[in-house]
Amino acid sequence: MITTALTDLWYGFGVALEPHNLMFCFIGVLVGNMVGVLPGMGPLATISILLPLTFGMKPVAAILMLGGVMYGAQYGGAICSILLNLPCHPPHAVTCLDGFPMTKQGRGGVALGLTVFASFVGASWGITEMIFLSPLLVRAALQFGPTEVCSLMLLGLLAGSTLARGSPIKGVAMTVLGLFLGSVGTDLETGSERYTFGMTELDDGIELIALALGLFGIAEFMNSVNQVAPINTKYTNVTFKDMRPTKADLKRSFFPMWRGTIIGSLCALIPGTGPTIASFVAYATEKKISKHPELFGTGLIEGVVCPEASTHSSVQGDFIPTMSLGIPGDAVMALLLGALMIQGIVPGPQLISQHPDIFWGLVASFWIGNIMLVLLNVPLIGIWVKMLAIPYKYLYPSAMFFVCIGVYAANNDFFQVGEVVAIGLFGYILLRLGYHPAPILLGFVLGPRFEENFRRAMLISRGDFAVFVERPISAVFVALCLILIGSQLYFRLKGAKADLEPAAESGTPAGIPTQLAAHRVPVTPAE
Amino acid sequence: MRPSTSPLRELMGKRDFYAGGLMILLGLFIAVKGTTYRAGTLMHMGPGFLPTALGVILVLLGIAIAAATLTAGSDQHGEGQNILPEHPQWFAWGCILASPVAFIFFGRYFGMAPGTFACVFIAALGDKTATWRGTVILATVVTIFGVSLFSYFLQVPMPIFTWRGGL
Repeated sequence: MITTALTDLWYGFGVALEPHNLMFCFIGVLVGNMVGVLPGMGPLATISILLPLTFGMKPVAAILMLGGVMYGAQYGGAICSILLNLPCHPPHAVTCLDGFPMTKQGRGGVALGLTVFASFVGASWGITEMIFLSPLLVRAALQFGPTEVCSLMLLGLLAGSTLARGSPIKGVAMTVLGLFLGSVGTDLETGSERYTFGMTELDDGIELIALALGLFGIAEFMNSVNQVAPINTKYTNVTFKDMRPTKADLKRSFFPMWRGTIIGSLCALIPGTGPTIASFVAYATEKKISKHPELFGTGLIEGVVCPEASTHSSVQGDFIPTMSLGIPGDAVMALLLGALMIQGIVPGPQLISQHPDIFWGLVASFWIGNIMLVLLNVPLIGIWVKMLAIPYKYLYPSAMFFVCIGVYAANNDFFQVGEVVAIGLFGYILLRLGYHPAPILLGFVLGPRFEENFRRAMLISRGDFAVFVERPISAVFVALCLILIGSQLYFRLKGAKADLEPAAESGTPAGIPTQLAAHRVPVTPAE
Repeated sequence: MRPSTSPLRELMGKRDFYAGGLMILLGLFIAVKGTTYRAGTLMHMGPGFLPTALGVILVLLGIAIAAATLTAGSDQHGEGQNILPEHPQWFAWGCILASPVAFIFFGRYFGMAPGTFACVFIAALGDKTATWRGTVILATVVTIFGVSLFSYFLQVPMPIFTWRGGL
């Protein structure tokens, strides 16, 4: 068991160390880090914008690069949130709580240095977990029939939409909308066109890139144009020397780092709980077991390393269900999965055996990429910090160009550029009405496969819904769905108003952790 | 928002009322349109089954979202319930939406370089502090960089300059 995993890993390093794969991995982490640092550009926008660049590549190189972009953007986002108090990506919201006070005390460099280290520890643990758990999960998943796949997807979708940011019911609405958008175009089974309104360009469905760039590009730009406060570069003067932590700092952050890592990896096992929840839980736990909880928020190193380690460990862990089951945990994973599908690769339990180069190459490249990021972030911190000063007014017009040309390059068709405008406007309206568009992407990517499996399950059961509870594995998933909905309703009726907007404001991270306590149960089936 | 006594008035002032309403409308549209496709039976589902079901679910969710505003306390008033941001940026929004349209138009009839220039130029005008000079410089820089990256390096099949007159 362990030896096979290690042999496969060795093979993966062989793939990842091929010169051109190595180069694309490096480009990915470099660009990801660069764009991630820029205020107002989170991993979602970064990946969507860079996605079109990978069309001409081989699948392995493409996914290696996009993976690199993703964790590169995570590292970059930490710089932005610690030095500027601007969380460009929700998981970093808690990092700001103690990271920015540290910056004000002139210890921002130390926070950054230890963040890089903690991220590396968290990521390494997540990767190790991925190496050993994915094959196990695949073995279980290969026995799933359409019924099980269908109820598992339902669980994934529900978890992804209710546990994410914002109000759960709005999240579910967005997921349903995403599922619908996924059904636009030619029906796979009967060949009839749905919701195309006579436009032949829509026969192949809505373009994933257009959807992602509309929702996370244009809608975001509309949201932040002229609303971004001028960046305060007062504290951003950090050099390599400032990053060296003292021995006391190291000692104090050792255990929090590991606790964060473990919490992150546990959160990754629950379908749908992405890095955001992991970081909130980590921070709350750290605060609870601390001897002096009242000092949190004033610049404690524990409050920085613990959530960061947990974010990175959970991000890597999120790849486990994404790669081995084909069920993404959040929008970022959905986007990566969509990128694989564009390359013609069918996600699901067969992926690891059919495309071992992709899976093991990706695993190996995570390690290589993370080492590159440590090397990039520590000595070159001065350059990244300078990038923080790029004003938004230059940023978004350039990004608009990338959006346009990227969508065009997907099919060499101007129609899709028009699509992105419509989706962008719609996405902005949704944003203003208090919807978070991320679950749309989740539903969109899973939609066609959900429909296919649902139809097959119904065909096998001769149209009997009871099949979902009669088959034991499926029944467990359905029960978990009900627990999820029940606990959400319970916490809502109990009057937990704090859970409505926990991630956006840096206020109290109290909402999500209390909610999650009830969801510890789902850990078991994912293993 | 001015405090009002009528419950309907109060409802109209809430963001979630419109949020739910939008979902109800969308769901209705999806479901009604979905019934024009063959629904089939549960065992042999037609193309219309799932979309129609999703539309109905969306309507129900929309009702729930809108209804939640009725039960919620009055403390929900305030900043979070405004649909428009404090300083609406109609001009900037228009610029951002017009920029891809300009890209389509100029890209189709004049080629990639003019399309890129127009796209960046129009988008950049949306910023409050934008100057003509700065905008032109930015658009030129992005055009040079972008065209060389996408046309030469990534080989996107789009002519740099072209002239499709007559239309």
